[in-house]
Amino acid sequence: MATYRVTPALHRVLLTVKHVSFRSSWCIVASRTQYSTVYDPSEKTFDKILIANRGEIACRVIKTCKKMGIKTVAVHSDVDSSAVHVKMADEAACVGPAPTNKSYLNTDAIMEAIRKTGAQAVHPGYGFLSENKEFARRLAAEGVTFIGPDTHAIQAMGDKIESKLIAKNAKVNTIPGFDGVVKDVDEAVRIAREIGYPVMIKASAGGGGKGMRIACNDEETREGFRFSSQEAASSFGDDRLLIEKFIDNPRHIEIQVLADKHGNALWLNERECSIQRRNQKVVEEAPSTFLDPETRRAMGEQAVSLAKAVQYSSAGTVEFLVDSARNFFFLEMNTRLQVVEHPITECITGLDLVQEMIRVAKGYSLRHKQADIPINGWAIESRVYAEDPYKSFGLPSIGRLSQYQEPLGLPAVRVDSGIQEGSEISIYYDPMISKLVTYGSTRAEALQRMEEALDNYVIRGVTHNIPLLREIIVHPLFVKGDISTKFLTDVYPDGFKGHQLTDSERRELLATAACVFVAAQLRSQKFEGNLRVSTAQQVQKRWELSLKLDKGIHAVTVLRSGSTYTVELDEKRLDVTSEWNLASALLPVTINGTQRTMQCLSRDASGDMSLQYLGTVFKVRVLSRLAAELSRHMPEKVPEDTSSILRSPMPGTVVTVSVKPGDAVAEGQEICVIEAMKMQNSMTAAKAAKVKSVHCKAGETVGEGDVLVELE
Amino acid sequence: MAALTAVRSSTKLLSGFNVAYRSLIPGSGLPGASVRPRLQLQPRWYAVSQLSVQERIENKRKAALVGGGQKRIEAQHKRGKLTARERVELLLDSGTFVEYDTFVEHRCSDFGMEADQNKFPGDSVVTGQGRINGRLVYVFSQDFTVFGGSLSGAHAQKICKIMDQALLVGAPVIGLNDSGGARIQEGVESLAGYADIFLRNVMASGVVPQISLIMGPCAGGAVYSPALTDFTFMVKDTSYLFITGPDVVKSVTNEDVTQEELGGAKTHTAVSGVAHRAFENDIDALLNLREFFNFLPLSNKDSAPVIECQDPSERLVPGLDTIVPFENTKAYDMLDIVRGIVDEREFFEIMPNYAKNIVVGFARMNGRTVGIVGNQPKVASGCLDINSSVKGARFVRFCDAFNIPIITFVDVPGFLPGTAQEYGGIIRHGAKLLFAFAEATVPKITVITRKAYGGAYDVMSSKHLRGDVNYAWPSAEVAVMGAKGAVQIIFRGKENQAEAEAEYVEKFANPFPAAVRGFVDDIIQPSTTRRRVCRDLEVLASKQQNNPWKKHANIPL
Repeated sequence: MATYRVTPALHRVLLTVKHVSFRSSWCIVASRTQYSTVYDPSEKTFDKILIANRGEIACRVIKTCKKMGIKTVAVHSDVDSSAVHVKMADEAACVGPAPTNKSYLNTDAIMEAIRKTGAQAVHPGYGFLSENKEFARRLAAEGVTFIGPDTHAIQAMGDKIESKLIAKNAKVNTIPGFDGVVKDVDEAVRIAREIGYPVMIKASAGGGGKGMRIACNDEETREGFRFSSQEAASSFGDDRLLIEKFIDNPRHIEIQVLADKHGNALWLNERECSIQRRNQKVVEEAPSTFLDPETRRAMGEQAVSLAKAVQYSSAGTVEFLVDSARNFFFLEMNTRLQVVEHPITECITGLDLVQEMIRVAKGYSLRHKQADIPINGWAIESRVYAEDPYKSFGLPSIGRLSQYQEPLGLPAVRVDSGIQEGSEISIYYDPMISKLVTYGSTRAEALQRMEEALDNYVIRGVTHNIPLLREIIVHPLFVKGDISTKFLTDVYPDGFKGHQLTDSERRELLATAACVFVAAQLRSQKFEGNLRVSTAQQVQKRWELSLKLDKGIHAVTVLRSGSTYTVELDEKRLDVTSEWNLASALLPVTINGTQRTMQCLSRDASGDMSLQYLGTVFKVRVLSRLAAELSRHMPEKVPEDTSSILRSPMPGTVVTVSVKPGDAVAEGQEICVIEAMKMQNSMTAAKAAKVKSVHCKAGETVGEGDVLVELE
Repeated sequence: MAALTAVRSSTKLLSGFNVAYRSLIPGSGLPGASVRPRLQLQPRWYAVSQLSVQERIENKRKAALVGGGQKRIEAQHKRGKLTARERVELLLDSGTFVEYDTFVEHRCSDFGMEADQNKFPGDSVVTGQGRINGRLVYVFSQDFTVFGGSLSGAHAQKICKIMDQALLVGAPVIGLNDSGGARIQEGVESLAGYADIFLRNVMASGVVPQISLIMGPCAGGAVYSPALTDFTFMVKDTSYLFITGPDVVKSVTNEDVTQEELGGAKTHTAVSGVAHRAFENDIDALLNLREFFNFLPLSNKDSAPVIECQDPSERLVPGLDTIVPFENTKAYDMLDIVRGIVDEREFFEIMPNYAKNIVVGFARMNGRTVGIVGNQPKVASGCLDINSSVKGARFVRFCDAFNIPIITFVDVPGFLPGTAQEYGGIIRHGAKLLFAFAEATVPKITVITRKAYGGAYDVMSSKHLRGDVNYAWPSAEVAVMGAKGAVQIIFRGKENQAEAEAEYVEKFANPFPAAVRGFVDDIIQPSTTRRRVCRDLEVLASKQQNNPWKKHANIPL
């Protein structure tokens, strides 16, 4: 038998239908964006742009293109063939299989797609090919416009040592340190002493926290030098190191710049990006609570002078570290539309950065003067990721979004996402679900809206980081604006453990759980048109329940009158009102007059219920008092651990084995693929663990029940 | 003794069969038996006054409530099991249980059984009727604290009584089994009791739903009562079902096997297919049974229940548009489709651990109970084999017997080839599923999500087997077989096989060949499936269809 492909005819059927269903939803999204695309039809830019990216950034670029009347071409890997960005674009081209180096980084295939579709320009988004000089050169050679900075700017800013020298020359504050390559350990120690401890040793070619070491004395400097150069050599194939002053408790604040090809450059204010984990940003805001107008102007002007120094054109970001005395030091310049934070800049300035990039790429001058750039209100952005925040503040998780609902019904909420219900979060790509932005006239308003937005965000099927985001934005230090890049490790030294309930919050949670239970009980008696239901039975008005949360057991009484339930627990009375729509993913309740949005994630006949409350998911067991009373006779079960042995569920052939002993695997990660009846079945890890041993290899035939892989 | 006899003879037996059997017991059938002693005792009866009867009633009732006594109740609890009465209380709506035959006692007089301390009012089973969410149900709950729940003539008679009444009024019977087996002291009377129950199980089959929940041992002949009922559920770790226990197994076949391995919940839900589902403990099982009960009509004269629904029937399910992978050799989870389409993602799966290549269970569509059958591409590519055919067939027949519409999701590459299957009789067993779908007259809606190959296409509730509404998704491929196999046959020995294959794919690996012939009624966008099916069910609610008159059909067993 064969491997079948979808026929062209069928493909068309699929695409047309999907396209129609998509359009209506897109209009809603478009009307909710917090920026204005001022489009002048007489200003010709491009007829067709290819977006060499995927996910939310590709969608974001396509949205602006549509408004500007530009046709769009999406590229995609085979697994992404039904992704949102593909459906949004006017045309799409498959550029290879799932792994990025074979698809989104496959310049040959992308060049081919450009030729075939006749795209006049390429927007690279971020990541992938956005800072690839070779790709920019190939585009130039074929006369295709690269929507981004020129090659030489990319090159100049891509190297830490070179960029620091340029910055220094452009009179930009730089971190005190040695501006050259450190030759050996002894020199490193000498330089470190000169700068004064603590110092930071980092790889010249580095990024993402790799090859970075902090040293507080000579000994640590020696050690750090050795490790960093090894790491740098293995990670970047370039072991050059530099040493600079280590700024303790710094803030990470960056300036958005926008420059054209005519020597004009603007600074579009700052973004505060201090809340980070493992050097990746989690929550950002614009403007920063910390900057005064003078500092802001000084940083902005230095950023612009740096941009001018490298003849920068397009949008870019200049990152600074700011110490507690508001001294700021240049960190690096990102030569692209900054990864995630650009929406908040758009919110407070009202500019469409993607549109400006496209205009600049076409050679138009900037339309704005520095004086025209406002700070209107406040914008907060949360990066919603498919990751488990309880593990090192976020380890990637994968899965299928069985339910997905963005909080777009709320005012002043913008969601930039590239996925929809049914999308697969795979191991191949970034686990980002969306950038969730809220906007308000004041910071307090923006934060309040963020709380609501996070509470109303429905994500099912993958583990996500909303518990952490929801905690950060209400943390007293964050609310005060007293933050640094060490916020998470300072606030949660033992790791994030979810929201810690206060007594009154616990009561609210328990009361709601009890009411959901009662509502479900009542509904299960509502047989429609059935004459055989007892008429003698009175509708129950009072329930005696027992609720278990963690180790605590609570006696709860629920009294019902209409849709209001009066709950008595821990000697307190709570009035809980709701529509009690048990089919809805959201559970809006009013408890003693206070509105809350909870989510009931699961509820089963055994009384187990998962409620998301204040971002965190709590497991509650609700039983009638009788059942609870009798539970004490039930034997304790020791769960049998079958998760460490992976057996073949059927006879078949092993197609691939993707792990080897010692590998760490995530829950749900593919371990091997078994082919039976010409069907490939992906065998996945039942838990996150280290691989102990592998008992199969590709090409081998296995029988049903054969052990394939053992986990530790 | 006299009072006991009086009680016994006043217990009206409902079937002639039983009366005949009862008259064999010496004394009980004679009218004088109850009159004579009373005459002799008359002076004393006057002396003790009416109050003492009242007291005796009270005392008996009290005694009945503690079954085998406090000590045995504690022992029962220590085993992690609830008592027969606690179970009934949890299962039924509070205060609705009406008990029958509290005063029935066993009639054995051998081996010292006639002694007073060996008599327990109600004997080793609690019977009666009550309500689950307001709907009538008959229940018997075997009491392990009385002679290990063993089945005496009286015990059987109590069960028979409620079963007879359940049939008369048309209400389901739930049996909570916890019995050591036959009351050996009673010998053949106990065996007769089993047979009486079996007969009623068979007579009630297809008339009222019968559910068995095994909550302790159930061995020997006793196992056939649960086996005859529609659903058998078990409690993990505390329940066993087997024909012969480990000791006998050892002496006959020399196999060493534990009770749990031989007949525990895991064995029967995953290996033998005897039980339909297992639950963690007594409470879990009873609460789930309440939930399950809500899916069932009370009898074959009632339509499938409709419960208030808050999930919009017109809801689109966008996730379904991307669920079937583009590569048609890649698996996906049929449960994702099922959960996406049904009300509130709620699916009560039957036999979730047995023959996992087919998925069956109950759900609701716009509040109405439906039976779901689906091939599971995630397991053995969703092929049909012996076990999955039998699993599916039994489920389909239950739905058909009780007016529950059947929704079938098809992604089937065919029947599983191989000697194991052929020697095991896949022809005969596969025919069961075919038979079940073909004879079913309830509304039948079929959705072909991807492959529908060969004979398996015909079997899976196809148009040709009187499917009422048959849909194909755009990803559907209805064909005799996969392209490669087909091309090898059609163009044997010819060159350009690849080209021929491409042509075959273009021609047949899509929904059109079936659609142009009217074998599917429409090609629908997956996201609209819920909406379409809900509307169809509304239309089909008044469906009337009768098979030709027959004594009964002859399904290939």
